[in-house]
Amino acid sequence: MFSLRTAGPAQQTVDPYGAPGSGRSTLISVVTIVVILFSWWLVTHLELVRPLFLPSPEMVIAKFNKIACTEHYFQRLMVFIGARADVTAECEGFSEHTLLEHTLWSLYRVFTSFFLAVITAVPIGISMGMNRMARGVFDPPIEFYRPIPPLAYLPLTIIWFGIGDFSKIFLIFLACFAPLAINARAGVRSVSIEQIHAAYSMGASKNQVIWQVVIKAALPEILTGMRVAIAFGWTTLVAAEMVAAKAGLGVMVLNAARFLATDIVFLGIVVIGLIAFAFDLLMRRIEKLLVPWKGKM
Amino acid sequence: MTEILRLDNIGVVFPSITGGGSVHALEKVNLNFSEDEFVVALGASGCGKTTLLNVIAGFIPPTFGQITHMGEPVLGPGRDRGVVFQKHALFPWFNVVENTEFGLKLQGIKHEERRRIARENLNLVGLSEFETYPVYQLSGGMQQRVGLARALTTNPDMLLMDEPLGALDAFTRENMQELILQVWKKTKKVVFFITHSVEEALFMATRLIVMSPRPGRITHEYSLDFSAEYFDTGDARKIKSASKFIKVREEVLSIIYGEEMEK
Repeated sequence: MFSLRTAGPAQQTVDPYGAPGSGRSTLISVVTIVVILFSWWLVTHLELVRPLFLPSPEMVIAKFNKIACTEHYFQRLMVFIGARADVTAECEGFSEHTLLEHTLWSLYRVFTSFFLAVITAVPIGISMGMNRMARGVFDPPIEFYRPIPPLAYLPLTIIWFGIGDFSKIFLIFLACFAPLAINARAGVRSVSIEQIHAAYSMGASKNQVIWQVVIKAALPEILTGMRVAIAFGWTTLVAAEMVAAKAGLGVMVLNAARFLATDIVFLGIVVIGLIAFAFDLLMRRIEKLLVPWKGKM
Repeated sequence: MTEILRLDNIGVVFPSITGGGSVHALEKVNLNFSEDEFVVALGASGCGKTTLLNVIAGFIPPTFGQITHMGEPVLGPGRDRGVVFQKHALFPWFNVVENTEFGLKLQGIKHEERRRIARENLNLVGLSEFETYPVYQLSGGMQQRVGLARALTTNPDMLLMDEPLGALDAFTRENMQELILQVWKKTKKVVFFITHSVEEALFMATRLIVMSPRPGRITHEYSLDFSAEYFDTGDARKIKSASKFIKVREEVLSIIYGEEMEK
């Protein structure tokens, strides 16, 4: 997922009076992760904490194999390529679904909500940046609901939209909406008056200024908004799946907690964390590709 | 000499930022620009130089008076008046040549044609080899040269430059002065150039206007020909260190300081 790169071919001189905190930190992060994993392993193996509170890494991995039905699928693959006669391993899953199914359900909910939020919040944010009327209309509702925790208006979405998938998607949509709109608005504001004047003096119409200058200048902050929004989406997932969801990583974690299956709780958390992290890395790549000038002008 | 642009009794009044009252950024400015002129506006901060440029560019409508371009009233910014800003104001999502051709793209001119014109202008400012560079990787001087090429590409008859060399180091600045003079000579644009530097103003101007603040107005005008001397000899440093040049420089400086003292 990330390549291990050190400071360079030769050890570089550290600049004692440079900007504080410059230099690569990848290696340090890798060491941190290793230390955390090792401490986890050590603490559980010395039996300092009961498995109910902190299951060992092996237990979580075993649980992963069980819920993800790794052996079942492996055997099916072997049968498919003709290396085995039949499938003997059962597929149990958890809460009547395999880990993959839980994951796909959650991915579907988060990304549908995120997509819907992007196509609505970004245009609204841009119009807020460019139009007094739009700013006046949208600013109060967005600023009002933004700091309210999704759990607080979860009951309302259920009363209004029922317990189906729509209310879940709506909840995550709301979580994504505010950061997208606010960043798009700030992006529009980041265009310099000189850039706008330059375009006008080269004969641009107002529409051309908006589409070919303002929106392009806003792109870096729109992408930042997307990174923030998707993180909010994952944060809200468990709350969204609290009520009447059959499958999903959030449900999986909640049900597991009810049965004190700490290892499954761990597993759910790790999967959510890894997906969110992977997506963030992807977004950073996209940023480098689409807005290489970010922070350089 | 054909008159290109003319300002009659221009006044600009802004509402004061601190609340009540208003600021007279410009008062009773009369100015005209004719073919082949290089007009430089010089003055201390707040004397209305930039406001004057913005009025000519069409960014600010004057509160009083009239501004006409080739006999037609100026109602807003337009392709006939190219602008070079102090901070380049380039578009970082475009590379050098894409920035340069942007004005032609806005007009819907075909790719090959606008590339050809953009390249001609990049060649004029000595950036032919950098056309595919991202603009944020260029030095300040090179960015300003892209800004100049970009302003020339729509073929305006006036070039408005708002302290284009203000952010450059002294060495680059002197080179850019010579470059701009050469571009002016080749393209025959009417130039309106703003600066803080007396030496720069004297060296480049065919006509120098000295402005004074509160209210912003033109207090002195000079006709100069140091640039003609430069085209003859090609030695900028020699001109700037000649006693004749220093004498005029001190005279202008004493005017500016004298006005400061009165305040």
